[in-house]
Amino acid sequence: MGYSADEMMAIFAMQGFAGISLFSVLLLMALGLAIIFGQMGVINMAHGEFMAVGAYTTYMLSVLSEEFFPGFIQYYFVFAIIASFIIAGILGFLAEFALIRHLYKRPLDTLLATWGLSLIMQQVFRSVFGAREVSPTLPDWLLGSYQPTDMIDIPLNGLFVLALTFFVTLGVFLLMFKSRWGLRVRATTQNRVMSSAVGINTKMVDRLTFALGCGIAGIAGAAFTTIASTGPTTGSLYIVDTFMVVVFGGAASLFGTIASAFSIAQAQSILEFFISGSMAKVITLLTIVIILMMRPEGLFSIKVRK
Amino acid sequence: MLDVSNLHVSYGQSEVIHGVEFDVKKNETLAIMGRNGMGKTTLFKSLIGILKAGEGTIKIDGVDVTDKESYQRVENGIAYVPQGRMIFPTLSVQENIETGMEVSKLKTIPDDIFYLFPVLHEMRHRKGGNLSGGQQQQLAIARALVTNPKVLLLDEPTEGIQPSIIKDIANILNELKSMRDITIIVSEQVLSFTMAIADRLIVIDKGKFIHEDLREDVDTDKISKYLSV
Repeated sequence: MGYSADEMMAIFAMQGFAGISLFSVLLLMALGLAIIFGQMGVINMAHGEFMAVGAYTTYMLSVLSEEFFPGFIQYYFVFAIIASFIIAGILGFLAEFALIRHLYKRPLDTLLATWGLSLIMQQVFRSVFGAREVSPTLPDWLLGSYQPTDMIDIPLNGLFVLALTFFVTLGVFLLMFKSRWGLRVRATTQNRVMSSAVGINTKMVDRLTFALGCGIAGIAGAAFTTIASTGPTTGSLYIVDTFMVVVFGGAASLFGTIASAFSIAQAQSILEFFISGSMAKVITLLTIVIILMMRPEGLFSIKVRK
Repeated sequence: MLDVSNLHVSYGQSEVIHGVEFDVKKNETLAIMGRNGMGKTTLFKSLIGILKAGEGTIKIDGVDVTDKESYQRVENGIAYVPQGRMIFPTLSVQENIETGMEVSKLKTIPDDIFYLFPVLHEMRHRKGGNLSGGQQQQLAIARALVTNPKVLLLDEPTEGIQPSIIKDIANILNELKSMRDITIIVSEQVLSFTMAIADRLIVIDKGKFIHEDLREDVDTDKISKYLSV
């Protein structure tokens, strides 16, 4: 190969970190999907488009603050994350109300319906923002890199996305497993009829759960703008990988989602350096298929008597 | 307390409950007896709102709940322990009970629940799905009780449970009646269990009530004949 030991170390560190950036976006996407698909059983093909909503929201805020409040450009990004969450969440709330709630008894039909929704949303992006990819102006504190040695370069935006992912994951964990609201969600998703019969307003739980999942996809979109540019079809590029993460991790397990996002992103990123990107994908996918053949319920699953 | 009049319930075109009428007084325990397929579970599902009534009215403590969703009926003071228990298998015992506390706005599980069901306190951190059948039945009753119901519906609570535990459940229910103001409606096939807890018995056959007796006047041979296939 012709790499010295030092170079190999640097390659692993940098590719490893590139993998961590991919891991962060995948995990943010997968968290939302793990809630919607893993908990509610809705196959949300439009999840990527809710991520794009977050990305475009960030772009819009960047353009607006450049135009009207140039002094604000250093700080707008924090508000963009919150705005992305709220706007994607509201759109998710409306989508559940108009479309998804009629399909809970027909899970496979949600695939078609949400796929249609994703096409509609893509066309709306194209009509409003144009077919060209856009990027928000990033504040200075997200640019540049951290250099622990001469050979290793770790970009600051990657570190920021990693920290954001950590806090969002922690938040979702606390919400789902330590709060009464999370208990209502977990009860409803296990047995919708019985949950209503113990006094839970399941329709409201469904609507808010779906909105939360979409809102987290919005945050993923805001994070995404720091590492790549956004186009109308950006979301659909990530949806397959995201479903893979959720299925591989075990549909109802948050910990499994984290572990599987990490292993998929790292495998992809490190293999990519040594062989071509598409071969890296082939090897990752084959490995996942083989593992899923041996463990169809995914990496982690809850064991109870049947 | 519970007032049902002219209730008709259907699955699609086929009507299963043909206009039943009954009312249950405060603190009374009513048993609805009948063989399999006579409409007991259908009747209970329509009382809690899982099945919509085709005709007729259901009133809880004077409030008409016929057109309400299940969770709204629970808010109005009715609680449901389904056939087959239907606890949430991957939630812990404690979490299972807490799902019922949405309506009653309780923050912590009341002491009298663990007094009635000490085994649930022992197992509170286990997954509900890993409990035995009898323990799951107790869990389902506890989950219904934390909603602070005025009316408790029990659909075949003895199904698939060993005889010694059936006796325990009868004792628990009798203790419960002495502790709280509660009206109980239970559907059953086991006559000895019914005789241990009920004040009044009704026999249901092909979706109609065909016989009614106070416990004191019950001719057990006659009821057994209705229950035999």
